[in-house]
Amino acid sequence: MISTFLIYALFFMMLAIVGLIIISRHLFISVMLFGFFSLLSAALFVVMDAPDVAFTEAAVGAGLSTILLLAVIAKKNVRLIDKPPRRKTFVVMITMVALGALLVYSTQDMPSFGDPSSPANQHLAGDYLARTQADIGIDNTVTAVLASYRGFDTLGELFVIFIAGIGAVAIRAAAAADKQQKN
Amino acid sequence: MSPIQKNPVLRETAHTLIPIIFLYALYVQFHSDFGPGGGFQAGVIFATGPIIHGMAYGFDLTRRFFPPWVAEALACLGVLIYIGVGYAGLIYGKNFLDYSGFAAVAAEGEHWGVFLVELGVAITLFGTITTLLYTLVAKRDKKN
Repeated sequence: MISTFLIYALFFMMLAIVGLIIISRHLFISVMLFGFFSLLSAALFVVMDAPDVAFTEAAVGAGLSTILLLAVIAKKNVRLIDKPPRRKTFVVMITMVALGALLVYSTQDMPSFGDPSSPANQHLAGDYLARTQADIGIDNTVTAVLASYRGFDTLGELFVIFIAGIGAVAIRAAAAADKQQKN
Repeated sequence: MSPIQKNPVLRETAHTLIPIIFLYALYVQFHSDFGPGGGFQAGVIFATGPIIHGMAYGFDLTRRFFPPWVAEALACLGVLIYIGVGYAGLIYGKNFLDYSGFAAVAAEGEHWGVFLVELGVAITLFGTITTLLYTLVAKRDKKN
């Protein structure tokens, strides 16, 4: 009962923040609101009994992406305040609202939250929950699935992050080479 | 120096917070077998250390303490640890990334494998995020 109330309260706060992000014309305000949005969704994940996901959302979504976005808008050549919108945004807005309505409509085919007969809970989840203690000897099934049962997928995830790092190094090297050419 | 770096309160706060943040990251890393958390989260929290240090003291000083090449090397090291653990499974006569051969009891070996893999994940996250940050916060020219 209380968790249902909390979920609805958090959802409406998130909706309000999304509205503020759309209205806001100042980049700094938008970035901070993005961070707040992530924090609220982390709280939502906690209420929905997914502390691991909430942890990641709070650390990466609310903390890190906010910092990285702030680092970008702190640069000197970034215009902080956006120009007032042109008239064409009206069409864009109607399209977006229609798209959102379609997405909400399509969620009716999704299994309800925590439904034990949903495909996700029918397939392997119960198996993992039953076997983790004996197979891996650790209590947290999420860690066991992530690092052992699905270790190969996690290796791929790690590669994705590593490639992002390589991209950053490449951009830095290219910028340094550009500078040297100019001098 | 930006105004935030001249503020002694913020500098002292950063000075006090960074060790606590590192301690918390270690907790998240090594307690992930029993509670929420893991290598991805711990790596991000570790990376908060250089971020806060840079914001309080300026990233030129952070670069001197923690050079970019170290961050890049750490990013590579973590991936190598992960792949190394995977190949260690082959050496023990199991499949790639099958850790059950690491110890006499299969569950014990799996526990070791999970521990090492998470360590690799955390090191790569720490290195990559610090690298991303160093790239975004460009080096200040000497004349400014």
